[in-house]
Amino acid sequence: MVAHLNRKRRDPVRTRRKVKTLKINGLDVSGTDEQTILEVARENDISIPTLCTLEGLSNIGACRICLVEVEGARRLLPACATLIDEGMVVKTKTPRVVEYRRKLVELLFAEKNHYCAVCVSNGHCELQQLAEDLGVDHIRYPYVYPELNVDATHAELGVDHNRCVLCQRCVRVCDELEGAHTWDMMDRGENTRVVTDMHQNWGESKTCTECGKCVQVCPTGALFKKGSAVGELEKETEFLPYLKVMREEQ
Amino acid sequence: MIPDELNEMAEEHSQKQNSFAHRIHVCAAAGCRSSGGEKVASAFEDEIKERGQTEKIAVKRTGCMGLCAEGPMVIVYPDETIYGKVSPADVAEIIDSLDGSPVERLSLDSEMPFFSEQTQVVLENAGRTEPESLEDYIVAEGYSGLITAITEMTPDEVVNEMTKSGLRGRGGGGFPTGLKWSTVAKADGDKKYVVCNADEGDPGAFMDRSVLESDPHRIIEGMAIAAYAVGADHGYVYLRAEYPLAIERLKKAIRQAKRAGFLGTEICDTQFDFSIEIRLGAGAFVCGEETALMASIEGRRGQPRPRPPYPANYGLWGFPTLINNVETLGNVPTILRKGGEWFASIGTDDSKGTKVFALAGRIVNTGLVEVPMGITLREIIFDIGGGIPGGGNFKALQTGGPSGGCIPAQYLDMPVDYGSLAKVGSIMGSGGMIVMDDSSCMVDVAKYFMDFCRTESCGKCIPCRAGTPQMHKILTKITNGEATHRDLDILKDLCDLVENTSLCGLGQTSANPVKSTLKYFEEEYIAHIEQGECPAGVCKFKRTGEVINGCSS
Amino acid sequence: MPLKKTQPPSDDKRWKLINAAMRRHGYHRSALIEVLHAVQDAFGFLEDEALEYVADNLTLPPSMVYGVATFYHFFTLKPKGEHACVICTGTACYIKGAGDIIDEIQDKFGVGPGETSQDGKFSLLTARCVGACSLAPAVVYDGEVAGHQTPEDVIKTIQEWFGNDT
Repeated sequence: MVAHLNRKRRDPVRTRRKVKTLKINGLDVSGTDEQTILEVARENDISIPTLCTLEGLSNIGACRICLVEVEGARRLLPACATLIDEGMVVKTKTPRVVEYRRKLVELLFAEKNHYCAVCVSNGHCELQQLAEDLGVDHIRYPYVYPELNVDATHAELGVDHNRCVLCQRCVRVCDELEGAHTWDMMDRGENTRVVTDMHQNWGESKTCTECGKCVQVCPTGALFKKGSAVGELEKETEFLPYLKVMREEQ
Repeated sequence: MIPDELNEMAEEHSQKQNSFAHRIHVCAAAGCRSSGGEKVASAFEDEIKERGQTEKIAVKRTGCMGLCAEGPMVIVYPDETIYGKVSPADVAEIIDSLDGSPVERLSLDSEMPFFSEQTQVVLENAGRTEPESLEDYIVAEGYSGLITAITEMTPDEVVNEMTKSGLRGRGGGGFPTGLKWSTVAKADGDKKYVVCNADEGDPGAFMDRSVLESDPHRIIEGMAIAAYAVGADHGYVYLRAEYPLAIERLKKAIRQAKRAGFLGTEICDTQFDFSIEIRLGAGAFVCGEETALMASIEGRRGQPRPRPPYPANYGLWGFPTLINNVETLGNVPTILRKGGEWFASIGTDDSKGTKVFALAGRIVNTGLVEVPMGITLREIIFDIGGGIPGGGNFKALQTGGPSGGCIPAQYLDMPVDYGSLAKVGSIMGSGGMIVMDDSSCMVDVAKYFMDFCRTESCGKCIPCRAGTPQMHKILTKITNGEATHRDLDILKDLCDLVENTSLCGLGQTSANPVKSTLKYFEEEYIAHIEQGECPAGVCKFKRTGEVINGCSS
Repeated sequence: MPLKKTQPPSDDKRWKLINAAMRRHGYHRSALIEVLHAVQDAFGFLEDEALEYVADNLTLPPSMVYGVATFYHFFTLKPKGEHACVICTGTACYIKGAGDIIDEIQDKFGVGPGETSQDGKFSLLTARCVGACSLAPAVVYDGEVAGHQTPEDVIKTIQEWFGNDT
């Protein structure tokens, strides 16, 4: 976890922030030394596609969609988890990174069943939007499509592992904002899944507060409200930054 | 313990040792143990007792003597007669021969290149001292490096000595050790940690296991010196649970060091405090990556996080943390004792000192060797290693495990150093060397490593989690004779994607075995695809593409 | 101790070992993996109730404990057989025929890697490298490493396990 990014900000003693100037896509921009490339880019209306990151949650750099080129860096860097530095020269949409992003999204589509036409999130899905923005019109990799469970034991909420992109947003919101830590990840590699408590049914979870934040932050139709029909589920994530600020002020 | 006490103890112990007319060293490292070393050691003890010669002949269970292929090994001092493949039945004969000439049929030539061409720094005590004896280590000048450091040098001077030595990280990355130490030394932190990375996960590598089994005090001393240099007071050894003997010996050594005052508070009557805890790994290769390793020490899933921030500034629980591998730390006591300049005089311009390699696979002298950097691969494999058994043809050398590559015969005369290995598409890695002859199919080898990466992927980032299974499937298709050229193109494309977009080293290097075999043995891939044939005869498939056996792991 | 510790799930004496392990680490959360090692040493595998007990006492969320227990392949959540046969599948062992050994066992006893024979007599496991590369192929029988194994050697040892108790 890149907890340091968040920890630093919470520290009330640390008040003096240094201003750093940098170039993003040729544009001169500035920010403080506690801001990430992604934050500064967004403040300046430069869009960088993202998937796992969400304002109000810690950044983990897992999805690699926001990779950008930084001059002098040996590797591509995740914009969500890289702090800005004086004189940095960042390029966010070189053909190389755009191509990589497209392939990463294709890998996701091949990894699990993301058949949009029968999904509650159809039309409001971040993964679908991402694929559209990146111009993904075919998948070059063979489909894996493992048959995974749908847990519908909770009275109002459900999880369809076939749609999960393992962004860990549910894990983070449940831990960092709700404080319940009902969700975590189990197993590893291609078998990684999100899990509630001791891998029991969600409906039987002892720790779940039924707040529903996990459903709201889920970028796809993996976490859903029961009773939503195809394309009906729209998610609200705007509450997060406010909630986070309020928590910090307490 | 203060220097005077130490000298006294060393004096006493070495006098006792020298009072024996003969000292029989039996290798008690894991390799020889598995071939019955412990039985040989107790047979010697029983026989000596029976003959009433316990005052005259001593039996010592020592660390690894290197030549595991000839295990169980025995070396008789002071004559330094080397015996291989000793069984309890040979014991009486060896004792009979002690005052006469050696037992011909068991003895090995001590002039053979395996022994004579090595330069031992990290392994200087292996096979010579008893790993479970602190006294033995002290007689071998152990802990004198630490005492010099904390009583006569400032932390800065210790860091400078490391910088001067030119030592680079022996875990695979090759990062300059002095620079790492000075970064941690300069970092702000109320607390600092030193971590010894003993999560030796590369399949085919067993150097760290052997060092810990043979000379555990060396690692404790190395960590203590590092702690003094960077200003840490607590250390962790992150050790594989698969190495029970190493765990046992290290635990014992830590207890001994505590009792003797080399660990604890006010070490050697100075202001320096340092303690060490062992944390066991639990079977996750990715935990060799430093951020995953730290997560694991903190009791969490071993998932890496993006760097920067580096552990040197933001490590365990957010505090500056120095992470060094076993072999790196194993060099430290000797560097402090003999000086950085001495160390820098060994090796090449770009790679100083020695490197321990584990020789395995199709090679006569399987075992552990330590050689100066810059030696050629040919010298290691054919002189020291004794070449390929049964007159087979050398085909490739695999170095660096799943992150490394296969080096073909044309580079046998290449010097071994960080730069040269990287240039031919492999890496130094932690030091595993697997020799392959004509009986190995390079596509099958690539598939083996991809299977490894696929199951060891932590699952956090998309390219590694979803990309390695895709690559493994294509390689399986090729070894099944069902692939097309298009599959090969996708494979190459995936190599590039996974290498450039993965979060940590595991994913970033997972394509190396495929890339290097494609570079040097592409014709084998093509033969599988176009002719439906495996040139090495490893992958057996019908024309229909149905697998009979072999490539179905 | 600020928190009241929960009682062990049963009066099995082995829980004392688990309690001792947790106490040694001051019930600190970071001791989770160490404590899970203690549980597996004592019970042979990680039972659900053991995981819950550890979670309660280290004040960790159950999902986190479950996540850690399933991440590390050294831990097993299913009981193992009476005997364990671990085939090393490190590179050296692989190129010297570890795959054939696994295939033979599978053919002969119908037990695949990670599986236990129906009567619970033995489990077949694989290891990523036991560091005995110079003795390749290596097999670990109930904790004892044996080098230079052939499929015949392994089958014979397993048959002895079956034979000894019938």
